[in-house]
Amino acid sequence: MGNMVKLIVDGTELEVEEGTVLLDACLDHGIYIPHLCHLKGMEQPPASCRLCFVSIEGIAHPVPSCTLTVREGMVVQTDTNAVRGLQISALRLLLSVHDVDCAHCPANKKCALQKIAKFLHIGLKAKGLEIYLKEPRVVQDHPLIDYYPNRCVLCGRCIRVCRAQNGLPLMSFAKRGFDTVISFYGAASTLGCKTCFACLKICPVGAITLKTPNS
Amino acid sequence: MISEPYDQEAGQAFRSILREAMRRRSAFKEAVLPKIHIGMSTCGIASGALETKNAFETALNECGLSALIHSIGCIGHCYAEPVVIVERPGFPPILYYKVTPGKARMIVKSYLAEGDPLFEHLLGAMEENDLIPSVMDFPRFSRETRVITEKCGRIDPEDIYEYLAEGGYAALAGVLGRNPDHIIREITESGLRGRGGAGFPTGQKWMLARNADAGQKAIICNADEGDPGAYMDRTILESNPYQILEGMAICAYAVGARKGTIYIRAEYPLAVKILRCAVEQARVLGFLGKSILGTSFGLEIDLFEGSGAFVCGEETALIQSIQGDRGMPRHRPPYPAQKGLWNQPTVINNVKTFALVPTILAQGAAWFKSIGTETSPGTAIFSVVGSVVHPGLVEIPTGVTLKALILDICGGIPNKKRFKAVQIGGPSGGCLPEELLATPIDFDSLTEAGAMMGSGGMVVMDEDTCMVDVARYFLDFTQKESCGKCTFCRIGTFHLLRILERITRGEGREGDLEQLEELSIQIKEGSLCGFGKTAPNPVLTSLRYFRKEYEAHIREKRCPSGMCRALTAYYIDLEKCARGCDACVGSCPVEAIFTTEDRKKAVDQSLCVKCGECMVSCPVEYSAVKKVSPPHLAPVILRPVEKEAKKNA
Repeated sequence: MGNMVKLIVDGTELEVEEGTVLLDACLDHGIYIPHLCHLKGMEQPPASCRLCFVSIEGIAHPVPSCTLTVREGMVVQTDTNAVRGLQISALRLLLSVHDVDCAHCPANKKCALQKIAKFLHIGLKAKGLEIYLKEPRVVQDHPLIDYYPNRCVLCGRCIRVCRAQNGLPLMSFAKRGFDTVISFYGAASTLGCKTCFACLKICPVGAITLKTPNS
Repeated sequence: MISEPYDQEAGQAFRSILREAMRRRSAFKEAVLPKIHIGMSTCGIASGALETKNAFETALNECGLSALIHSIGCIGHCYAEPVVIVERPGFPPILYYKVTPGKARMIVKSYLAEGDPLFEHLLGAMEENDLIPSVMDFPRFSRETRVITEKCGRIDPEDIYEYLAEGGYAALAGVLGRNPDHIIREITESGLRGRGGAGFPTGQKWMLARNADAGQKAIICNADEGDPGAYMDRTILESNPYQILEGMAICAYAVGARKGTIYIRAEYPLAVKILRCAVEQARVLGFLGKSILGTSFGLEIDLFEGSGAFVCGEETALIQSIQGDRGMPRHRPPYPAQKGLWNQPTVINNVKTFALVPTILAQGAAWFKSIGTETSPGTAIFSVVGSVVHPGLVEIPTGVTLKALILDICGGIPNKKRFKAVQIGGPSGGCLPEELLATPIDFDSLTEAGAMMGSGGMVVMDEDTCMVDVARYFLDFTQKESCGKCTFCRIGTFHLLRILERITRGEGREGDLEQLEELSIQIKEGSLCGFGKTAPNPVLTSLRYFRKEYEAHIREKRCPSGMCRALTAYYIDLEKCARGCDACVGSCPVEAIFTTEDRKKAVDQSLCVKCGECMVSCPVEYSAVKKVSPPHLAPVILRPVEKEAKKNA
């Protein structure tokens, strides 16, 4: 084991290995911080979901905890007003482009969005924001997998596990702005797909599903 | 200040190249033939410089005259393109503006053949003399301080010897062999701040990279210019690429890099071509390559053509793009100077920053610091476009006020219109109103006012501009160019755009403005990169300075400048309309104009698409077409048949 460092999170002292990502350290010690895009052991955090903010003593603005490694004497707060404010607005933005139809979603009850909404004490509604959904509702160009753009939170975890498993970019982000989606590059490149279904298993929200006989 | 070569061998090699450059220059200068310098940058070519050049050649042939035709870069006076400077023995060099092929023929026939300098077509003489007024009589020329663009428009961008003859590469020859720390100290002392927009101290950035412990280091020149209406970098690349290469070589020497990359937009084909030519020439003469001027220091420079994503101008996205990944920014720190391209410590500087380096070293930090303001020393280049009389590139010392730049130097607003706002810093910048025209142009004052220096785009808007529509335009740009990575930028700016679109359509609601503000602040705080953090600036500044305009759209369904189509209507004033005239009928693309019972014209509002063509075509003596907002102010005039039908019913 490497050197241990001590830090204080929400008033509790934690002792963790030097070099640990702050978010991992908190999660390992039972301190929940909402997050979507984080995967343990990544070289560079994408820091794209903008949920895992924490306040650090000495830093004016909240910082995503996936981008920090633990430091001796670090004082962290996970539930300040500023932090919760950012988390709630990020979640509401995600919900404003999300097809909230949990009853028909395979991720129902194990969905990360449901968990985070419950944790933040907000409903699955994008309060004050209009709802915008993308067309088409389902992309079916992969022979085995269906993709639901309006469930997807674009955390990019599927892309990363796919690369880790296959060493090849079989899937990627495509398009820009609001239209950004996950793409399998049409049917042609799915030839390389080894049907490991890593992407399906890692998806936090049920945006990637197995093709059903009637779909 | 670095004036003399330090390394003996490099000094010798440099002096021998310089002798050749001076020999070539005196051969050109001393030739008794007239010389015709034509600006051949993209801007010149777009205004017809190629045709002008052909016309000169043909006319010279026809008159049996010979002259030296010399292609030069751009001098930044876009309103005057194609720009031609003619030197005729016995006369001062004269600058002619808007030289069409016809004017070119006249210049050859009247001036070169007969000695009449055509006073009506010249802008002025390039030097003081008794015969022709000098261009220095115009503030557009005399109030500029050219440091970055000093050689732009004076040299042929495809001839390295011309750059050398103007003092080029002396700074590089001077630094070789010196202690890199001294070079960085000189840059730090000059107070140079990065000209890419954020204004980070260049010396500090270089020091970070120099001190980073790594086997290999990299430098990148960021030439991914993409702000709407901004083209400073393109002009410099096309007019004087050598100065950038020299600045990069000095930087590489100072930080210990052996590899440089220029990230340039593929949409700048001429700049790419000229840059490739410059790299090749520099390599042949020993200013690039394994052993620069015979020393042990070597630098290779590659070009990387970006494929047009605006966000790739953000340094971390730019690095991703070079590495073959989708151009998406990543979290900082680590900063590129610590861990950048291929995880090497990387210095990324803007074109203008690199272009400033040779001059700072040649003239000294104290000299540079004496120009402009205390906290943002030096000069700034702006491409001033939009509603100004003399648009183009202007290089001014920092601290000059917006008022002086727009109203004095660039000639103010044309067509007797009133100034309304100036948008500075592109999609990340803000719109500043007339009350803030006294703001001095420097990094800190502009940021305080809610805009930013940006890389130098400046769009001037007159009274006919709707500020809500301007905000909508910039958010549309931002949303289209957002990489889609982080939640706030991807979804937040989309909501901003949709709300703005609604307001411009006349569907604004109470509470919209508060929501715009709230969302903007969330996006600024929550976004991952600089692109998202600054994206709401156009909304926030227009709300701050033009809130009444938003309120008019929402509460009265009125667009004060009459630009939002859904909130305007055209009608024909029957008092003014002339019987029998049908100019408007012909110009209407949708046949919305009909003849009334007394043979005057009226607009069918249900068909009108509000293009305004009728207003343009209505003869000035009548000026019968009126535009109103809100649209219900337009009197309803029924078609004669409809009237009949109504009566019968």
